[in-house]
Amino acid sequence: MIPQPTSSVSGAYRAGREIVLDVRNLRIHYETPRGDVIAVNGISFQVYKGEIVGLVGESGCGKTTAAMGILQLVPSPGRILSGEILINGRNMLGLTEAELRERRWRELSLIPQGAMNSLNPVMRVRDQIGDAILTHEGAIPKDKLKARILELFSLVGLPPRVYDLYPHELSGGMKQRVCIAMAIVLNPPVIIADEPTSALDVVVQRVVAQTLLDVKERLGVSMIMIGHDMGLQAQMVDRVIVMYAGNIVEVTPVMPAFHNPLHPYTQLLIASIPSIKERKPLKITTGLTHDLRNPPPGCSFQLRCPHVMDICKRVPPAMIEREPDHWVACYLYGKEEQQG
Amino acid sequence: MRGLTKEYVIRRFLMFLLTIWLGATIIFIIPRLAPGDPVAAMISRMINQSGYIENSAQLIEAWRKKFGLDDPMYIQYLRYLWNMVRFDMGYSLSQFPQPVIATLRRGLPWTIGLLSVATILSFLFGNLIGALLGWRRTPKWLKRILPLSLSFTSIPFFMLGIILIYIFAFGLNWFPFSKGYSDSTPGLNLRFIVDVIYHGTLPAFAIVLTSMGGWALGMRGMMISIDSEDFLILAQAKGLPMRRIFTWYAVRNAVLPQFTALALSLGGIVGGSILVEYIFAYPGVGYQFYQAIVNLDYTVIQGIAFLLIMATSTAVLVIDLIYPLIDPRITYQKK
Ligand SMILES: Nc1ncnc2c1ncn2[C@@H]1O[C@H](COP(=O)(O)OP(=O)(O)OP(=O)(O)O)[C@@H](O)[C@H]1O
Ligand SMILES: [Mg+2]
Repeated sequence: MIPQPTSSVSGAYRAGREIVLDVRNLRIHYETPRGDVIAVNGISFQVYKGEIVGLVGESGCGKTTAAMGILQLVPSPGRILSGEILINGRNMLGLTEAELRERRWRELSLIPQGAMNSLNPVMRVRDQIGDAILTHEGAIPKDKLKARILELFSLVGLPPRVYDLYPHELSGGMKQRVCIAMAIVLNPPVIIADEPTSALDVVVQRVVAQTLLDVKERLGVSMIMIGHDMGLQAQMVDRVIVMYAGNIVEVTPVMPAFHNPLHPYTQLLIASIPSIKERKPLKITTGLTHDLRNPPPGCSFQLRCPHVMDICKRVPPAMIEREPDHWVACYLYGKEEQQG
Repeated sequence: MRGLTKEYVIRRFLMFLLTIWLGATIIFIIPRLAPGDPVAAMISRMINQSGYIENSAQLIEAWRKKFGLDDPMYIQYLRYLWNMVRFDMGYSLSQFPQPVIATLRRGLPWTIGLLSVATILSFLFGNLIGALLGWRRTPKWLKRILPLSLSFTSIPFFMLGIILIYIFAFGLNWFPFSKGYSDSTPGLNLRFIVDVIYHGTLPAFAIVLTSMGGWALGMRGMMISIDSEDFLILAQAKGLPMRRIFTWYAVRNAVLPQFTALALSLGGIVGGSILVEYIFAYPGVGYQFYQAIVNLDYTVIQGIAFLLIMATSTAVLVIDLIYPLIDPRITYQKK
């Protein structure tokens, strides 16, 4: 496919990099009786072919909502107000029900948060994976189906006996692998993984993370990985998107995210990674996130920012590319450019 | 069978016997706690009917002996248990010398036929309505119409029964007022079967109308609470057809607790049939129960009470044994 230039702000097209997923100006509100909760405030970002993008930010900043928005499964009272979601250049928003159903899972699959309750308790693993195949590819012979599912199992490191089991007969790690197997069964270009390892103990967590990496290498699939665990992110992702209160504040390749974070919020996030080598005071800034129902004018981080300036309280900063591929929305960097 | 071990089945069956034994014992004890002498009461009733009975004192004596009422209590108890095992429940007092079991055998097929069909229909309709009401993707117009079908639940059964009889039997003359059949000869012939269905329609309709609301409300609640389950979201993300998600992911899970309730209400058929059969003069056990109470026919009352215990424990036994089939998470295997 021919890569297309994009007008969005968070990462321009680079030669040799194919954009698989292009999210443009996605805005999602939860419409409550006491006003709209602005959970995702018009975010834009790209995912390139074969990369893993980490989506990080504190609890409640809108990561899951953004992911569900991309999948068009925002639970009510949430609503997608505007935006475009292009997968290989084709917009997923505004499709009819039937078109959407056909493209789901083929082009965009999900590894759900925790995976503990993501499998239907009354269906065997084989039927739940088979469901996806049969729906999208029509009837295929039983032995072919089985061979295909068993092949998936070996790819994600599941023993063949899982084929006939029910979800409650699996361990947490196995369930997560079943979910991974299910997500790759149709070989989609993009997978969204919402905290895929958060419900697992650390050892299993690393093993499952490794499985994800292997799968990505083998299939060349792109992933969005939502997570709190910055350590895990450091090991897995290629680029990091930092969200704060519904806005993207920084987009950066993974190394600079840890060694040279630009946005004050990212700096705070990195500084609060616990270390087992030294005991440092937990870093907490004063103040909480503002009420998402009525954000202050200007920068969303102004209430907690140690470097807050006058302009921060008036106009929201735009994304600028401070270093190659490293974007930030903050007036500390190039105030003049932004006002122009 | 999946999830069942021989050991569990045996244990469960012993539990079943224990329940019935306890129930039977209670039935044995309670009448004996009441003051009075059943034989004396029976004789005095006969005196009331016929004016005078010669040697009534000797008669009482003889009958007490015949029924073994002079034996020690434990002998009476053991004999009673032995009789119950053989379904020998003595003689009906009001239709002496007909055995109680003959009375019950006459009524039971009618009750079981009418009530189990009606209960199962009500279960099916009620759960379907509830599932549609609790499903987010149900068309709006359907969601608006469906609650109407539940408004009958708030009308007391006897009133609805009378209204139905008034409209469909008296007014429109579509269905008969009462009885289980009219001019056909009982047996396995088409004419009789059609006759029975014709007579059973109105009472069954009344039962379904009044009871399906309960099922619907329970099911609706279950559907709503299942709606936010992660596996439903994943099923949607998979792009499965809505129908498949509705039946195999939502309803299939939401309906599970309803099965336990179904077992209980099937077990409670005999007790629940009194009002229906009274209003529609239906020849089942419920009608007999009503008459037995009116006639103070203690042995029949006792027999029906025993039947109630049998029915409920059997229903619960059956649901326990088939539950692993409908919910794979329930197993009785040793870990
Ligand atoms: N049904 C809802 N009604 C109103 N507000 C909601 C609803 N669901 C979520 N929100 C709000 O939207 C915001 C974003 O929630 P979201 O679940 O996307 O956060 P998150 O970044 O995934 O958090 P976490 O890391 O804890 O999973 C939160 O502030 C939350 O309060
Ligand atoms: Mg979340």
